[in-house]
Amino acid sequence: MTTAIKTDTALFDLALRMGDNALILAQRVGAWCGHAPALEEDIALANVALDLIGQAKMWLSLAGEIEGKGRSADDLAFLRDARQYRNALLVEQPNGDFAHTLMRQFLFDAWHHPMLVALKSSADKRVADIAGKAEKEARYHLERSEDLIIRLGDGTEESRQRMQTALGALYPFAGELSAADAVDADLAARKIAPDLGDIGKGCAAYLKGVFADATLNAPESAAVRKGGKQGLHSEHLGYILADMQFLQRAYPGATW
Amino acid sequence: MKNEWPLWEVFIRGQHGLAHRHVGSLHAPDAEMAVKNARDVYTRRNEGVSIWVVKAIDITASAPGDKEPLFDPSNAKIYRHPTFYDIPEEVGHM
Amino acid sequence: MYAQMVKSTGERPKTLDEMAPDERAFQMRVDADIKIEPKEWMPEGYRKTLIRQISQHAHSEIVGQLPEGNWITRAPTLDRKAILIAKVQDEAGHGLYLYCAAETLGVSRDEMTEQLLAGKAKYSSIFNYPTLTWADIGAIGWLVDGAAIMNQVQLQKCSYGPYSRAMVRICKEESFHQRQGYDIMMKLCAGTAEQKAMAQDALDRWWHPSLMMFGPPDGDSVHSAQSMAWKIKPMSNDELRQKFVDQTVPQADYLGLKVPDPELKWNEARKGYDFGAIDWNEFHEVLKGNGPCNKERLEARQKAWDDGQWFRDGLMAHARKKNARKMAAE
Repeated sequence: MTTAIKTDTALFDLALRMGDNALILAQRVGAWCGHAPALEEDIALANVALDLIGQAKMWLSLAGEIEGKGRSADDLAFLRDARQYRNALLVEQPNGDFAHTLMRQFLFDAWHHPMLVALKSSADKRVADIAGKAEKEARYHLERSEDLIIRLGDGTEESRQRMQTALGALYPFAGELSAADAVDADLAARKIAPDLGDIGKGCAAYLKGVFADATLNAPESAAVRKGGKQGLHSEHLGYILADMQFLQRAYPGATW
Repeated sequence: MKNEWPLWEVFIRGQHGLAHRHVGSLHAPDAEMAVKNARDVYTRRNEGVSIWVVKAIDITASAPGDKEPLFDPSNAKIYRHPTFYDIPEEVGHM
Repeated sequence: MYAQMVKSTGERPKTLDEMAPDERAFQMRVDADIKIEPKEWMPEGYRKTLIRQISQHAHSEIVGQLPEGNWITRAPTLDRKAILIAKVQDEAGHGLYLYCAAETLGVSRDEMTEQLLAGKAKYSSIFNYPTLTWADIGAIGWLVDGAAIMNQVQLQKCSYGPYSRAMVRICKEESFHQRQGYDIMMKLCAGTAEQKAMAQDALDRWWHPSLMMFGPPDGDSVHSAQSMAWKIKPMSNDELRQKFVDQTVPQADYLGLKVPDPELKWNEARKGYDFGAIDWNEFHEVLKGNGPCNKERLEARQKAWDDGQWFRDGLMAHARKKNARKMAAE
């Protein structure tokens, strides 16, 4: 090939952001397999992790295609360092007690589902196709996590307390998902992705209703913690990658 | 108070047009969660299009000891089966 | 096997003449391959032995999630990660089916869990060995699942209806488990020298523990004789073990790996492999709790149980509240 194709960097970023969110959350959720509070929950969580890995593979394959340098989904997952990762800070937060895991999932699903619904009308057909497949999975994730938030918020005193603590700890990370930067603005202008502000408004109204049903209180004025979408992560991500990328790094070039 | 989640029996319609069939059981705090759990536990391999759940203690079963009076009498009524009747071949399919 | 050394009544099986009428009728149904169903009359020894066996089997599935789950976050590709999660998830499912089968005999899942955590109920010795490298995930699928499937295929025909039906479902789902393990081994053996060495090392470590899965020679064990008469133990431990060796050695040959047994050789006369003695002392030590990971495995289960208590209680409390609100509204 002699003709250099200019990479659509904004579109590349979108695919990475969607893919990395799914991948890092799957990595976190997958760690529960064999350790969840009940067998039925163990199995349900593994289903969520499997859906997210499937989505990560689709988004990262697309990212590789957009980039045009021949990188596969596995290359992007296993051979990028933390600064090249584009997931929001929320999904890299530790599993904590089960309440933190459920709250992190719910805050993510509450954004993820409307985002995917909007991406189904993307001007880029490849984006729309992936969103079409992922949206059904995300709808079920949201239904499930909403249900658990309400039940455990309105359960025992201890379960309410734990959910409230998790909400207080994780709520500051929710805003990043809907905080638009220049990349998002560019994509919205080209009708490739929705106006994130709209998604954020819908999401905030929805969260308010669910938290009321769950007898939980979202922090009034929590500063939004962000940076992951631009590659400025928390210290957690380095450890996640050290774990996840171990074999690919220790045995360069091997096939598995 | 005993807090073990109750046991539910799960019935799944495998394909459109078929009856629901008993596939197994699971534990759940209530019926709605039993349906969700059944989806996650019993349809992992694309096995279903519809789920029923019934609390195990709500099922009334015939007593195993009554098997003879309940089911043996129908053995004798062979006239209920089409093979009881000899229809000449010339008549054609019936 | 997943249920090793299950004690039954401790007495030799009675002859039909020695049995009371109920028991004779029961044994004749078992002999005629008629399934026994939950509410039917059954000897107390049959019920108790089955509870022990099925719950041991279930515990093995649940504890068995741990050694493989250990590599979920480190699986080398996205596909391998998904396959491994799906496999470990299946084990949770199989544990669930089996607990439910045992519950039809009048014991609750929570009771069985408490017995496991109290160290009163056993699980398979194999899961007390550590998974040190990625090749161990291949070796477990190939050898451990291979050994388990041999037994489970036979158990589909066992005399107790709910157990037999759970086994049918489990066997259907498990058919991919051994293949994915062998697939990992094939990739490693076709890979770099380091990868091949990793595969050989895994076979070296898992071979003998896998042979031990079938349990010690039955000899004249009264437990085995009674369980076989009740058709809840399909074949003798040694028969199954021999079958496993005969099936597995050629698979190792295909991979170019060496089975770690200098005495292993083909016996043309009986068309099977002769193999060296097994260190049953090691087996008994592991069963007693002195294996490399017994402590870690039980601690992990205990932690999941303790940490999950508020979650299980919280959901139950909500279900009760909701029900009460519904009743009040009616």
